[in-house]
Amino acid sequence: MNEKQTDAARSWESLRKGHQSRPLEWLVERGIFLVSLSAIVMIFLIFAFVGREAWPVVAGKMNSSSVQTVIPVAEMDKQSPAELRAYLGLTKAKFDSMDLETRKLMMEIKVEADKEKPVDKDAPVNTTAWHYLFRPHAWTGYEKPSYIWQPISLIHKYNLVPLIIGSLKATLVALLFSVPLALAAAIYVSQLAPAWAKEWLKPAIELLAGIPSVVLGFFALIVMATVLQNVFGYESRLNAFVAGIALGLAIIPVVFSIAEDALTSVPRSYTQAALALGSSRWQAAWKIVLPAAIPGVFAAVVLGFGRAIGETMIVLMASGNASIVSGSFFDSTRTMTATIAAELAETVTGGHHYRILFLIGALLFIVTFAANFAGDMVMHRLKRKLEGKA
Amino acid sequence: MTVSEITLPKFKVDSARPGASAEEHSSRAPLIDLKNLSFYYGRSQALKDISFFIREKVVTAFIGPSGCGKSTLLRCLNRMNDLIDGVRVEGEMRIHGHDINSPEVDVIELRKRVGMVFQRSNPFPKSIHENIAYALRLQGVKDRSEIDGIVENSLRGAALWDEVKDRLHTSALGLSGGQQQRLCIARAIAIKPEIILMDEPASALDPLATAKIEELVLDLKRDYTIVIVTHNMQQAARISDYTAFFYLGELIEYDTTTKIFTNPAKKQTEDYVTGRFG
Amino acid sequence: MNTAQPPAIHPPGRHFRTDGFYAGSFFFTGLTGLATFLILAILAIILGNVVWEGWGSFSWRFLTGGTERDMFSVENAGVLPMILGTAARVILMTIFVIPIGVITAIYLTEYARSGSLWTRFIRGAVNNLAGVPSIVFGLFGLGFFIAFAGQNLDRMFHAGAEPHWGKPAILWASLTLAVMTLPVVIVATEESLKAIPSGLREASLALGATKLETIFKIVLPQALPGIMTGGILAVSRAAGEVAPILFTGAAYYMASLPKSFTDQFMDLGYHVFILSTQSPDIERTRPLLYATVLALLLLTFTLNIVAIFVRARMRRKMRAAH
Repeated sequence: MNEKQTDAARSWESLRKGHQSRPLEWLVERGIFLVSLSAIVMIFLIFAFVGREAWPVVAGKMNSSSVQTVIPVAEMDKQSPAELRAYLGLTKAKFDSMDLETRKLMMEIKVEADKEKPVDKDAPVNTTAWHYLFRPHAWTGYEKPSYIWQPISLIHKYNLVPLIIGSLKATLVALLFSVPLALAAAIYVSQLAPAWAKEWLKPAIELLAGIPSVVLGFFALIVMATVLQNVFGYESRLNAFVAGIALGLAIIPVVFSIAEDALTSVPRSYTQAALALGSSRWQAAWKIVLPAAIPGVFAAVVLGFGRAIGETMIVLMASGNASIVSGSFFDSTRTMTATIAAELAETVTGGHHYRILFLIGALLFIVTFAANFAGDMVMHRLKRKLEGKA
Repeated sequence: MTVSEITLPKFKVDSARPGASAEEHSSRAPLIDLKNLSFYYGRSQALKDISFFIREKVVTAFIGPSGCGKSTLLRCLNRMNDLIDGVRVEGEMRIHGHDINSPEVDVIELRKRVGMVFQRSNPFPKSIHENIAYALRLQGVKDRSEIDGIVENSLRGAALWDEVKDRLHTSALGLSGGQQQRLCIARAIAIKPEIILMDEPASALDPLATAKIEELVLDLKRDYTIVIVTHNMQQAARISDYTAFFYLGELIEYDTTTKIFTNPAKKQTEDYVTGRFG
Repeated sequence: MNTAQPPAIHPPGRHFRTDGFYAGSFFFTGLTGLATFLILAILAIILGNVVWEGWGSFSWRFLTGGTERDMFSVENAGVLPMILGTAARVILMTIFVIPIGVITAIYLTEYARSGSLWTRFIRGAVNNLAGVPSIVFGLFGLGFFIAFAGQNLDRMFHAGAEPHWGKPAILWASLTLAVMTLPVVIVATEESLKAIPSGLREASLALGATKLETIFKIVLPQALPGIMTGGILAVSRAAGEVAPILFTGAAYYMASLPKSFTDQFMDLGYHVFILSTQSPDIERTRPLLYATVLALLLLTFTLNIVAIFVRARMRRKMRAAH
């Protein structure tokens, strides 16, 4: 007995080995932690690398003017070598290999060339400056200041306002169409539908999310555009309205899921208390559950907005893609996302058009980031409140 | 009111059973030694300054009303509370003289020596054989015939062998609640711990299954030191040698079970065991 | 005991409720029910339209044919190269996204302290990643994978005039999609990990298993259906996405199948886009377009329905376990 006890007591000594006894596990657990940071790293990288390509525009380092202010040959000495090299558009090696005379000759050629260029009062304008990106400008041929997106023309006009308006128009139609529908469906499925119907209604509506956006775009382009034009009788077959309705189909499952989630998280006891006081099911849903879940409904709309403004293929295919500034929803329209998708392939890598498109991407990223952030915050608070934690 | 006036609940402490008399054990060496143990969940204190010792190879029961800290204390003994965020332990907790609260202690090794059976039976969704083999493989036992042997022994030890020997390789989830709990006990003893902690092991079972578990506990104390938390005072009286009564995080009284149930020193204990509150 | 009948406060009958009550209830339930029905009807119309018009040209030849002769020819063109291209980019994506997503979910459910700053940061990042527009992923893929990673790889290992890495490729498209579907996998895996009763983890730990042993031998095998759901959902989402691959790998037309992961590929979704917008004669190529859409829908929908069923079963099991 005694011997056995000391035996047992000895085995307790090894308890003190501590964590160092499993270095491999420690290492694996560190690894798990590091990998778990991937989402943060990705958000950071997206911001950094989309921003990196757009940065020269933001910082005002791009110049898209199609003519340069000509420096008279006589003033050549006033320029520093670096300035001169930039002016002549030469590489450093080439510039250094030239003697003063050659440089002078180059300057003279430049002056001659400038004389032969078509004269346009907007030619010296750097259209990538903030002013031209967001403010109207009376371009040559236009009577009054206007917002023009015309990147492929003699003067590259990069005004973003038509695209922003286009995106907002399509998004607005999408929200007006989808929010009432999705919200009503969420109320029905979460509060009023019989239990057996709930079981399959929710996955069925969520199936809509399984349709790829390119298919919705195809459907809008081939089928809906014609049908809607026949019904409403507007002029332009593809427009913000058609694109918005198709976009609405894409965000119905988003709005529905979040709203349904918010409504379901309202404790059952609220409804039961209302029913016990003699109200009907719809009164309980309308007067008790919906008000309690209203922040969730707000979150659903905000997240739906984020999804709609970032959607690409549907608007690319169904909006008509004309960058017109107009108040009508039945005019052809061009959104920010569609512009990137349609034009990036034709740009010169590193050129101003390329960088402006990345700038649009960065703007989209910031807008959707803010929308997601706001939506998540609201949803988080709501759930805490309903769980009685705050 | 004196103790003699109280009508005691009708349960008997079977003093004729060999080894059951608590006095017989007073010579047994203290195994677990607690000194000024306090436990906090965040700011709220769940255990207040607990000091006592648990003897070797006897059954010690923790009783008390819900929320009195008995389960918390039990889970301190194999440091299962470490899994919860924001808890803090103060004081000393020694087993064989080693402070198991020290941060240097390897809890994995500790838990191999201090086994645990939970309130809700929790067999793994694997076969019966695999449930026990899993525990063995954690110990580094790889030899198949050795595993088979230990599986049989532990199932016999948990009085389950005869019921399951023909279906060792079917899912453990097909067993009845009582059988599942005994499988959990078999799994715990398979790795030969010194101490077995039981957290209301029979609270979810019917009376027949409960009786089987109780029989098993009495059987197991020949080889193991058993600490059992129970809500059921008759159960404590039937199977334990020592009883500790907790109330609001404090240890009110700790003595032999006979003493606690027939002649408690504290009024609170008396009120509780006679069913006046709790 | 008073055995007398209590005086009738309300006379029996329908006087508890006024008729207006019934009308309101009927109206409200009807209206919301109608909205639900409308959504399902639209879904049915889209699917019905595609199946109805696409079925005629949906043949074995169409599925196994290529585009050697004419990609717009209804009689000759097939979608095999597109199906293979889409499959390749999606499978490659799975290899990248599943391990990272699952490990992140493991960290979030098994290790992270629920209220800590890190955890909230990670969750916030996952939620935000899910909301980043797909075209921005495309820009990111171009800016990071091709312009940064690819060109640097070229600089280091491939000193030729033609870029080997720094150009659109299956590899970059897959990586871009992996970043995009990361939240899908994380959320689905997390859900399935949370569904596992904590009693199982405690049982394993109480037997002296380490946390890692518990995770790998008890938790993960149980969570497998959920992880699979996440994978399937990610695949079905990625299979239909076009915007992220526009600049990172999809080709308008290729005469032959891609030979390596650094080649471009033809893609089913992108092909739908091409057929609907670039066709020389949209009326003539209509059957081809519908058949291609049907192929794409069959691919994504089958995956989706499987995922929904697996998930529904898992949720029911989880409810039963708690």
